[in-house]
Amino acid sequence: MTAHTGVGDRWHSWLSHHREMAAESLRRFFATPLASAMTALVIAIALALPASLQLGLVNFQRAVAGWDGQPQISVFLHKEARDSAVQSFADKLRADPAIAEVTYISPEDALAEFQQASGLGDALAGLGANPLPAVLLLRPRDVSGEQLESLAQRLRDSAMTDSVVLDMAWVQRLAQLTELGKRLSAGLALLLALGVLLVVVNTIRLHIENRREEILVVKLVGATDAFVRRPFLYSGICYGFFGGLLAWLLVATGVALLAGPVAGLSSSYGSAYSLSGPGITYLLGLTAGAALLGLIGAWLAVARHIKAIEPK
Amino acid sequence: MITFDNVNKRYESGQDALVRVSLEIERAEMVFLTGHSGAGKSTLLKLLTAIERPTRGSILVAGQNLNRLRNGQIPYYRRNLGIVFQNHQLLFDRSVFDNVALPLAVAGCNKREVGRRVRAALDKVGLLHKEKQNPIVLSGGEQQRVGIARAVVNKPAILVADEPTGNLDPQLSAEIMQLFADFNAVGVTVLVASHDLELIARMKRRVLTLQAGQLIYDGIPSREAAYT
Repeated sequence: MTAHTGVGDRWHSWLSHHREMAAESLRRFFATPLASAMTALVIAIALALPASLQLGLVNFQRAVAGWDGQPQISVFLHKEARDSAVQSFADKLRADPAIAEVTYISPEDALAEFQQASGLGDALAGLGANPLPAVLLLRPRDVSGEQLESLAQRLRDSAMTDSVVLDMAWVQRLAQLTELGKRLSAGLALLLALGVLLVVVNTIRLHIENRREEILVVKLVGATDAFVRRPFLYSGICYGFFGGLLAWLLVATGVALLAGPVAGLSSSYGSAYSLSGPGITYLLGLTAGAALLGLIGAWLAVARHIKAIEPK
Repeated sequence: MITFDNVNKRYESGQDALVRVSLEIERAEMVFLTGHSGAGKSTLLKLLTAIERPTRGSILVAGQNLNRLRNGQIPYYRRNLGIVFQNHQLLFDRSVFDNVALPLAVAGCNKREVGRRVRAALDKVGLLHKEKQNPIVLSGGEQQRVGIARAVVNKPAILVADEPTGNLDPQLSAEIMQLFADFNAVGVTVLVASHDLELIARMKRRVLTLQAGQLIYDGIPSREAAYT
C-alpha cells in the first residue's frame, strides 16, 4: 500500500532532487543578498590575502629570473702585482674554457667607483695611497656549485690572487627569501582556509537553526539524513563559490591598480617587465578551492547539528 | 498490524511512562487511545513512530520488529506511517501543495506522480481549491485537514494521529474524525490519541485507555464507561 517506486525512478528523482537543491541554494543565497554578500566577502578577503601573496611571489620570481643562477667570482689581486702581470693573468683567464667573461677593474677605477657610491670622496682623497687592490670580476660558464667551488679553488691557488670571493651568498639569500615567502604564504593560506571553514560552519549552523521546524517535519515523514543534509551542503558550496569569485575579483583589481606604477618603475630601470595578473588558473583554483572549502564546512556543520535535531 | 508485547518505557529521569503494556491492533482497525495527560499516550505514539525506543518489551508493526530497526532504517519505516500532529506542523514558507507533497519528495517520487497524488489527497480532505495558498491563511480546521492530506498522500498502511482535534470546535472535530473513519473504511489502520471522550464515545470504536503508564481499559465503550 505504500508508495513503490522503481530503481530507475529513484535514480531519476535523486538526480532531480540534487538539481532542485542546487537551484534552491542559489535562490536562498540571493534571497538575502546583503547577508549572503557579507559572508561571501569575508570568505573572499580571507582567500584574497594568500592568493595575492602567492601571485606577488610568482611575479617576484619572474622579475629576478634574469639574474637567477648567475653567480659572480670576485678575484682580489695582490696589491704588489704589476700591471703587465695582471693583464697577462686576465688574458690567461679569458682563455680558460670555464670562464665566460672577465672584467678588469683597476685600483683607480675601484677607487673612483667607491668614492661615488659612498660619498666619502673628500676623505678618500686625503689618503696618501690608493688602498684598493685590482679586481677581476669573472662570470663562470658553469654555474653548478661543485664546478664553481673547484674554479674558485684554482683561482685561490694562483700566485696572483690575494683572496677570492665566490659571490653565491646573495643567490642563496634570494632563494631562501623566496622559499620563506612560499612557506609564509602556504602557512597563511592554511590558516585562512581554516578561517573560511569556520565562517561557513557558522553560517550553515545558523541556516540549520532557522530551518529547525522543517527538518523536524521532514524527518517525521521519513526523510533520510542525506536528504536533510543536501540543501545545506549546496548552500556551503554556494558561499564558497561566490567567495572564491569575489576573491579573484579582489586580486585582479589589486593587480590592475598596481600595474601602472610597476610598469613605470620597471621602464625607469629600462626593463619591459610588467605584472602578470591572476589568470584563468587562479579563477578556477579560487572558485573550485573555495567551493570545496564551503562543502567541507557545510559538512562539518550538518554532521554536528542535524543529528541533534530529532523529533521529540 | 500493531503489536505491543510487555512494553516498558522508562525515561532517563527515572519516570516510568509505560508499564508492561501489551496490545494488539488488527489490520484495518480504527482504535482510539485515551487517558489523562501524562498517562503515556504520547509515549506510546513516540514508540510507534520510532521517535523513542522501548526500555523493555517488543513492538511489531506490519511484521517488523521495531527493536531491531537500525537508525538508518527509521526513515524508511516512517514512510509506511501517516502521522497527524496536534499542531499540524505545516511549513509556512511554502504552499499547501508543497506541504502535502513533502512525504513524496522525501521518498523520491517522480513529478507527475506527485501532482496526481497530492491532488487526490487534497480532494479527499476537500481542499483541492486551496492548493496554491499558503497554509498560514487557512483556518485551524483547514490547516488540520492539510496535515491529514500530507499524512495520507503516501498511501500509508497505518495512520497515527496525536490529538488531531485538540484546538478545534466540536463540529470541526467531528468532521475530522469522520475523515479518519473514511480512510479506515478503505482499509487503513487508524490509531487516534484523543482526550475528547464525548466525541470518541459517539464514534463507537475500540478504545484503549492508559492511566499512569498502564493499559486499564480495552474495549468498545458505552457513553458512561468512557468517562471513567
